[in-house]
Amino acid sequence: MSIIQTDNLTFEYIRRDEEGNVEGITTAVDNVSLEINRGEFVAILGHNGSGKSTLAKHLNAILFPTEGTVFVDGKDTKEDANLWNVRETVGMVFQNPDNQIIGQVVEEDVGFGPENQGVPTEEIWQRMEESLKAVGMYEFRKKSPNRLSGGQKQRVSIAGVLAMHPKCIVLDEPTAMLDPIGRKEVIRAVRALNDVEKITAILITHYMDEIVHADKVIVMDKGKIAMAGTPREIFSQVDKLKALSLDVPQVTMCAHELKKAGLPIPDGILTNEELIKALKQCQ
Amino acid sequence: MSIIVNHLTYRYNPGTAMESTALDDINLKIEDGEFIGLIGHTGSGKSTLVQQLNGILKPTSGGVYVDGADISDEGYNLKKLRGEVGLVFQYPEHQLFETDVFSDVCFGPKNLGLSKKETELRAYEALKQVGIEDDYFYQSPFDLSGGQKRRVAIAGVLAMKPKVLILDEPTAGLDPKGRDELLEKLTAIRKDTGCTIILVSHSMEDVARYADRIVVMHKGKIAFDDTPSEVFKHRDELKEMGLGVPNITETMYELKAAGFPVSTDIITVDTAVKEILRAMGK
Repeated sequence: MSIIQTDNLTFEYIRRDEEGNVEGITTAVDNVSLEINRGEFVAILGHNGSGKSTLAKHLNAILFPTEGTVFVDGKDTKEDANLWNVRETVGMVFQNPDNQIIGQVVEEDVGFGPENQGVPTEEIWQRMEESLKAVGMYEFRKKSPNRLSGGQKQRVSIAGVLAMHPKCIVLDEPTAMLDPIGRKEVIRAVRALNDVEKITAILITHYMDEIVHADKVIVMDKGKIAMAGTPREIFSQVDKLKALSLDVPQVTMCAHELKKAGLPIPDGILTNEELIKALKQCQ
Repeated sequence: MSIIVNHLTYRYNPGTAMESTALDDINLKIEDGEFIGLIGHTGSGKSTLVQQLNGILKPTSGGVYVDGADISDEGYNLKKLRGEVGLVFQYPEHQLFETDVFSDVCFGPKNLGLSKKETELRAYEALKQVGIEDDYFYQSPFDLSGGQKRRVAIAGVLAMKPKVLILDEPTAGLDPKGRDELLEKLTAIRKDTGCTIILVSHSMEDVARYADRIVVMHKGKIAFDDTPSEVFKHRDELKEMGLGVPNITETMYELKAAGFPVSTDIITVDTAVKEILRAMGK
């Protein structure tokens, strides 16, 4: 059963000059049809300007299609009556944690979303506790967010979204500003939500090593879906990815080069363990 | 232009309950034309340190000496220093403000008091250095892509012809190709102009590939200061500091643990491939 479905989604930005005359039209998303199932972990890749963030913003009704339709949990996002429902179903986390934390205290920040939804006070506390525990930030609940590291702040942002009980969470480059440990913390938290809580996760990233565990990878180029498949299928095509301004994890690149040098190694090695196994078979 | 950081200590909010030591007795010598990677987890003091290097922050004790002169001395020409030590902040494209790309890049050199002709010449040269084509010169900077905006912002600093160029996470948010292109451009600029580059980065892979010296900050102190291959020998300590080694180095450690006779002294994919082939007897 799909939680998100886009049918021939097209989105155009209209550029205007100072007098408001139309200067040109940019098609940011071009006739995209895709389906994301409940509980899936989907990664979206693509170079800067490929349309991936524009696509993501359609998933919780920040943007609306110029043409085509987006269904979230079976509801058309364009219908006014569905707006709040859609935004409750899909939560978003953005790149810069400093732009999305508003509370003076961690628990207050996490409680902001459910409070706005009109959740009773008792339950807000309960949700706050659950969400902070889910991202491993419960012990920081009384702290001021500006005393936290980037990775910790980003996990608080995720808890804030979780407290609204979404069925799906969209993360738009959540790790771009973080140090290596911060990146690991955030990705671990996202994977746990997906594995344990069965929340559908859609992760947009430029870090190839973050998506080797995804169920499905979608590669965007010029507003269209250029490639789609499992991480292994996608990362087997090193040359095609390079042509799309993308990259592969270092271990995949290494295995690819070893294969070119004549070792009988399969395509699409994603982890160190897989490389070790493949090399053992060469001996 | 040599920079010497001598027993530099910096405290935020000294004498108050909020006092915290951001830099603790830092000693550093930066030579002409070096490419230094500055790494450390969030809050380790990297950004505080680079802000000391062009006099935005003043030391609590100790000092920064540029060509032998203490930059916190009264009467020191900080304006001149800031032209010579160019600082590109995080997300520099947020600081673009002019109506067209060319005027934006002219802003820096114009403020240095240069003639119109010299200003425009430098802006032209800087835009070429970062690979922005003539077609874009009179467009609004806001109509460019993320990677292009970033390069225009860097050109704005380059146009001041700094002898030291400091960039705070210049590749954050860029796609892999944009990231490689920018780092290649920086390498070329350093080769052409002989300027020193200090790259603040969270990517171990990038500093391993491009820097010839790595300075690791931890809790306000310098933990390591050496060549990339030496620094990345401290895998366990780096992990404890919230950093780590490049992914490919980690791969080599795991191969070794699995019984392959490989060296772990590897920080790039190219050398890893050669080393594995050697170990496999090919």
